[in-house]
Amino acid sequence: MTDHAPVITVTNLIKQFGRFAALRGVTAEFDGGKLYAILGDNGAGKTTLLRTLAGLNHPSSGSFTILGANRFRDVCDQIGYMAHPSLLYDEMSGMENLAYFARLYGISEAGQRCSEVIRAVGLDPTLRRPVGQYSQGMRQRMSLARALLNEPKILLLDEPFSNVDLRSAGDMVRLLVELRDQGKTIFVVTHQASLLEGAADEFVWMQSGKIIGRTQALTAPEPGA
Amino acid sequence: MKYLFPILAILTGILLWYALSIALNPVIHVGGITLQGAPTEQTMGNVQRIFYYHVPSAWTAFILFFINFGASIYYLIKRCPTADIVALVCAEVGVVFCTVVLVTGPIWARPVWGIWWTWDMRLTSTLVLWLIYVSYLFLRRFSSSGQTPVLAAALAVLGALCVPFVYFSIWFFRTQHPQPVMGGGGSIDPRMLHVLLINWLAFSCFAFLVCWSRFRLEKLQREVDEAHAMRSLMDEPGQSPPMAKASIGKSGSAK
Amino acid sequence: MNSTTTISASSAKGKTVSGITRATLLKDLRLEWRSKDAINSMLFFSLLVVVVFSFSFDPTAEESRQIAGGLVWVAFLFASVVALNQTWARELRNQVLDAYRVSPAPPNSLFMAKSLGNFVFVVVLEMLMTPLFIAFYRLRSIGPAWQLLLVAALGTWALVVNGTFFAAMSIRTRSREIMLPLLLFPISIPAILAMVQATTAILNGEGARFWIVLLVTYDLVFTTSCLLLFETVLNAE
Repeated sequence: MTDHAPVITVTNLIKQFGRFAALRGVTAEFDGGKLYAILGDNGAGKTTLLRTLAGLNHPSSGSFTILGANRFRDVCDQIGYMAHPSLLYDEMSGMENLAYFARLYGISEAGQRCSEVIRAVGLDPTLRRPVGQYSQGMRQRMSLARALLNEPKILLLDEPFSNVDLRSAGDMVRLLVELRDQGKTIFVVTHQASLLEGAADEFVWMQSGKIIGRTQALTAPEPGA
Repeated sequence: MKYLFPILAILTGILLWYALSIALNPVIHVGGITLQGAPTEQTMGNVQRIFYYHVPSAWTAFILFFINFGASIYYLIKRCPTADIVALVCAEVGVVFCTVVLVTGPIWARPVWGIWWTWDMRLTSTLVLWLIYVSYLFLRRFSSSGQTPVLAAALAVLGALCVPFVYFSIWFFRTQHPQPVMGGGGSIDPRMLHVLLINWLAFSCFAFLVCWSRFRLEKLQREVDEAHAMRSLMDEPGQSPPMAKASIGKSGSAK
Repeated sequence: MNSTTTISASSAKGKTVSGITRATLLKDLRLEWRSKDAINSMLFFSLLVVVVFSFSFDPTAEESRQIAGGLVWVAFLFASVVALNQTWARELRNQVLDAYRVSPAPPNSLFMAKSLGNFVFVVVLEMLMTPLFIAFYRLRSIGPAWQLLLVAALGTWALVVNGTFFAAMSIRTRSREIMLPLLLFPISIPAILAMVQATTAILNGEGARFWIVLLVTYDLVFTTSCLLLFETVLNAE
C-alpha cells in the first residue's frame, strides 16, 4: 500500500564544517512511497543531506523529522542506508557479512532472510569468496542487500551506482522500482541521473547547499526559478 | 564593568609585589611600617624561599584542573560553548603553573640535596598531572574543530578521575621507597604559613586574571570564526551567474 | 528459535545486547584470524621487543628479579600499543563503522566487544613474551604464581580498556597512530606503577595487596567511565 503522507520533513537545515557551509538552509517535504533522485554537482550538499538524515552528521541548526521522529536513532530499525564505500568487511563472504549485520538489527531467522536479500539483488548466497574480491558491481549489490536486511520503510542510498557496470546498475534500478512499488520510500543520490530516467518519481536538484528545484522530468530547473 | 579588569590587574600587581617581598625578605619596610616576612629557614637557608613559589603554584594548578573537570562535565551535559572555553582556558593556565612547579623543583633540589630531581610526592604527582593535561592540549590541537569540545571533555573527565589514583599510587610508592621530601614533612612555622597563604592568594588572583584574558581572547576568536561561517552561509560561491545572485538578493529568502 | 516472536521488545533487546557483543567479538576474532599478516607481524614484533630488552638490560640472576617487573610490563605496553592501533582501522576501511552507527545496536556493545577482542589479542602476545622473559632472565617467582596471573589480567585489562577508548578517539584526529600512546600513557601511569610494583613484589615474595586493590579499583572506575562516555565519543560527528 502506498502512503503519500510526508515521511521526511526538513526545516531550514544548516550544516557547516568550520567555514564551509555544506547545507545552507534546506527546507522540503518528501512523501512516502516515492523514488526521489537527488542530483547536483560536487559540493552541492547531497551527501551531507543524506548523512544528516541518517544521523551520521549533527546539523549546525535547523531540524528534520523522519517517520515522525525527531532523531534518526528512534526509527533506525526502519531505515536502510547505503554509501559509496561498501560498508562491508572485505575479509568475510557476503553471507557472513549479512549474518553479522542481521545480528545487529536483531533479526531472527537470519540465515533465511540473508539468503532472500542476496538473491533479491541478483547474487548467489552460497558464494564463499570474500567481499574484497568482488567486482564493484557485485560489491554495490551486496551493500544494497545489507541495506535491505531489516525490511526498511525508507532507503537512503548515496551514489549506489558509482563505478558500477551498466548491467548491474540497470538491475539495481529495476529492483528499486520494485521496492518503490511495494510502498518503500527511496532516496538516491547520484551523478548518473540518466539511469533513473523513467524510474524516479521526482528529481530533486541541489546546488551550493540548497534545493534549487524539483522536477518530474529530467530537465534541470532554470537558475533562480 | 569596563574598568573592572584594569582595577583588578592593579590590585593583583600590588598583591604580587607584597607577596614577593615577604617571601624574599624576613622583614620589609614600607613607608615607615615594618612588616613581617618569611623567616630564614635554618637548614636550607635562603634557597628554601623558592618553597613559596613551588607550593602555591601546585595548589593553583590543582584548582584550575578541578575547574576544568567541572566545566567539562557541564559541557557534556549541556553542550554549552562557554563551558568548553572555560575548560580550555583552565587547562592551558593550569599547565603553565604545573610547569612552574616542575621548574622550581629542580632549582630547589640541586643546591640542597645535590640532585636535579627527587621523586618527592608533590613533584611526581605534578609531573603526571602535567603529562595528562598536556596530552589534553594535544588532543584539542589535533582533532577537527567539530568534535574537539566533546572529545576533549571526555578526556578531561577521564584525566580528572585518574588524579586520585595518581596521588594514592605515588604516596604508597613513596612510603615504600622514601625520597627527599620538599617543603617540610612536619609542622610549619606560622610565619611561614602566613607567607605561603599570601603567596597563594596572589597566585590565584594572577591566575584568575590570566584566565579571564585568555577567555576573552578565545571568545573573540570564536566569534570571528562564526562571523566568517555566517558569511559563507550567505554568500553564493563564484560560479553562479549574476542573474541568480540578483534574484536571490531581491527575494531575500531561500526557496 | 520461534520463541523470539513471543518475547517482548525490551527483553529481546536485553538479550541482544550481550548477543551483539558476542557476535561482534566473534566477528573480530574471525577477521583477525583471516588476516594472519597482522597477527604474525605482531608476534614477531613482541619477540623483537623481548630480545632488544635483553640486550639493553643485561640480566644477571639477582638483579633481574628486581627490574623484571618493570621490563615485562614496558614490553607488554609497547606491544599492546601497536596492537590497539589497528583495532579500529578495520572499521574505518570501507567505512563499516557507519553501518554500525545506523543500526539499532548499542554503542556500548561495540566498545565491550572491541575491548574484549583487544584483551584476547594482548594476552596472546603476553603468552608469547612471558616464557621468553622467564628464560632470558632466569626468573623464578618467590611469591605465589597465581597472584602474578591475577596482576597480569588486571593490568592488561587496565591498558586495554583505556587503550580501546583512546584508539576510538584518535581515529578522528590527525596523526592518529601517535595520538593513541600520547593519550594512553599519562593516564595509565598509576596503573603501570601498580602493575610493575605488584609484579616485582610477588617475584620477591613480598605482599602486593595494596597494588592489587588499586588495580581492581582503577579497572572498575575506568571501565565504567569509558562505557558511559563511549557513545558520546562515537557519535561526536
